[in-house]
Amino acid sequence: MNRDEIKDIVLEYVIGEYLEDENDEITYDTPLISGGIVDSFSMVSLKRFLENKYNISIPDEKASPEAFDNVNKITDLVIEFVGKS
Amino acid sequence: MGYSNKVRETYQSQLKELQDKGLFKQERYIHSTQAADIEVEFPSGAATKKVINMCANNYLGLSSHPEIVKAAHEGLDHRGYGMSSVRFICGTQDIHRELEQKLTAFLGTEDTILFPSCMDANAGVFEAILTKDDVMISDRLVHASLIDGIRLCSAVQDTFKHSDMEHLESKLQLHSDKRNKVIITDGVYSMDGDCAKLDEMVALGEKYDAMIIVDESHSSGFIGKTGRGTHEKCGVVGKIDIITTTFGKALGGASGGCVSGRKELVEMCRQKARPYLFSNTIAPVVVSGVIKVLEILSKSTERRDKLEKNANYWRKGLTEAGFVLKEGDTPIVPVMLFNAKLAQDFSKALFEEGVYAIGFFFPVVPNSQARLRTQISAGHEIHHLDKALEAFIKVGKKFELLGKTKQEIIEKYGM
Repeated sequence: MNRDEIKDIVLEYVIGEYLEDENDEITYDTPLISGGIVDSFSMVSLKRFLENKYNISIPDEKASPEAFDNVNKITDLVIEFVGKS
Repeated sequence: MGYSNKVRETYQSQLKELQDKGLFKQERYIHSTQAADIEVEFPSGAATKKVINMCANNYLGLSSHPEIVKAAHEGLDHRGYGMSSVRFICGTQDIHRELEQKLTAFLGTEDTILFPSCMDANAGVFEAILTKDDVMISDRLVHASLIDGIRLCSAVQDTFKHSDMEHLESKLQLHSDKRNKVIITDGVYSMDGDCAKLDEMVALGEKYDAMIIVDESHSSGFIGKTGRGTHEKCGVVGKIDIITTTFGKALGGASGGCVSGRKELVEMCRQKARPYLFSNTIAPVVVSGVIKVLEILSKSTERRDKLEKNANYWRKGLTEAGFVLKEGDTPIVPVMLFNAKLAQDFSKALFEEGVYAIGFFFPVVPNSQARLRTQISAGHEIHHLDKALEAFIKVGKKFELLGKTKQEIIEKYGM
C-alpha cells in the first residue's frame, strides 16, 4: 500500500466527515485539531475508520491530538501500524 | 503571599486580551422585574432607561406572573426559605416529590428527579448511566452543558453533523459493537432556533437499539400543541428515554432543572449523579413556583398559543423589512449580521432606540455567523413588537442592511 494512496483516502474521509461548508479547502498539512476543524469528541470516528479500513489497532495513547493533527501525521501513524500487522 | 504581583499580572493580561478581542462580557443591571418592559442601567452608573426586552428566555411571560409570585410566597410561608441539606440527607420535602410527579405527568415520562439546574442535570446524567463500554453520539451543535456532561463520562464520545440523520445512522453502524448507545440532542437549538428531528431519531434509535437523550430547555412549556416540548411536536411522547430541562426559562425563569425519563435511568441518577448527591436541594420557594407554573400550563394553552402568534408576527415583520433570518418556527428568531463588530454596533444602536437585544459572535456561534438573537415572549403585546420592529428598521437602514443578501452584507462588513 503506498503512502500517497493512504494520504488521499484519509483526506477524503476528513473532508466528508468534518467539513461543514463545501467551499472549505484543506491540504495534507492543514492543522485539523489545533485548527478547530476536528474536535476531540469527533476524533474517535476517524480512529475507528482507520482501524476498520486498514485492519489495524491504534492504542489510545498513540491516538493523541498531536498525532491526528494533519493528514500527513495521520498517514504516518497508519503506516506505522500497517507495518506491524 | 501566594497571589503575587506576577500571578495577578497573568490574569490581568488574560482579561485585557479578552477586551482587545472584543470578547469581554459586561453585565447590564436591570432595576425592574423580568418582563417585556425593563429598566436597564447601562453602562454601569448611567441613568436607567426603559427598553423593550427582546432577548430573555421568558418565553411564556411567567417570570413575574402574579399567580407564580403568590405561590412562591405561600411556599416561603409554609415550607421556609432553605433546607440546608442535599436531597438524600434531610433536604426532601413533600413538595419536592410533588413537583417530580407533576413534571412526570407533564412531560409524559415514567419518573423525574430534580437538579439544582439543567446544567447540573446535564453534567450528572451521563456519568450516572453510562460506562466505558458504552457510546455517546451527540449532535455537533448541542448545548455547552451537554458537552461538559459528556466530558465527565468515561463512555466513548462521537458526534454527528447537525441534524444530519444519514450521518447519525452511519455513526450508529460504526459503534454497533458498544453495549449501550445514546443519541444526544437539544430539542430546540438555542442559537439557531431550529428543532431536532426527534421522530427520525426515535426510528433510528429503535432500528439500532440506541437510547435518546434530549435537552428540552428551550422547548418545555411551549413547543408542541400543548407545550409539552419537541417530543410532542414530533409525535414521540413516551418514546424519549431521557429529557433534561430547566425551570429557568419558560417554566417561571427562577432556577432548577430535572432529568425525566425511564424510571431505572432516573433511579440511577438518584443513586449516582454527583450534582444531585453533592449539591443543595432546590429552595422551597422555587419548587412552589414551578408547581404553580405546571398547574397554569396544564389548564390552558393560551400562553403558548399567544407566544406562537407573537413569534409568527415578529418573524413576518423582520422578513418583510428585508433582514436575513435563520429559518425556523420557534420563538428564537436570529437576525443574521455575520460580522462580530456589526452585531455589537447594531445592538448598541438598538439600545439607543429603546430595544434590548444582544449580539452573539464567536465563540458562542461559529465564526462569520454573528447575529442578534431575538427571543419572543407571550409577555410581549403587539405594540411592543411594532415598536421593536420600527427600531430594527431604523437601525437596519442606518447600517444599509435592508434587502441585502448574506453575500452583500459580508462584502460590505466582512466576515
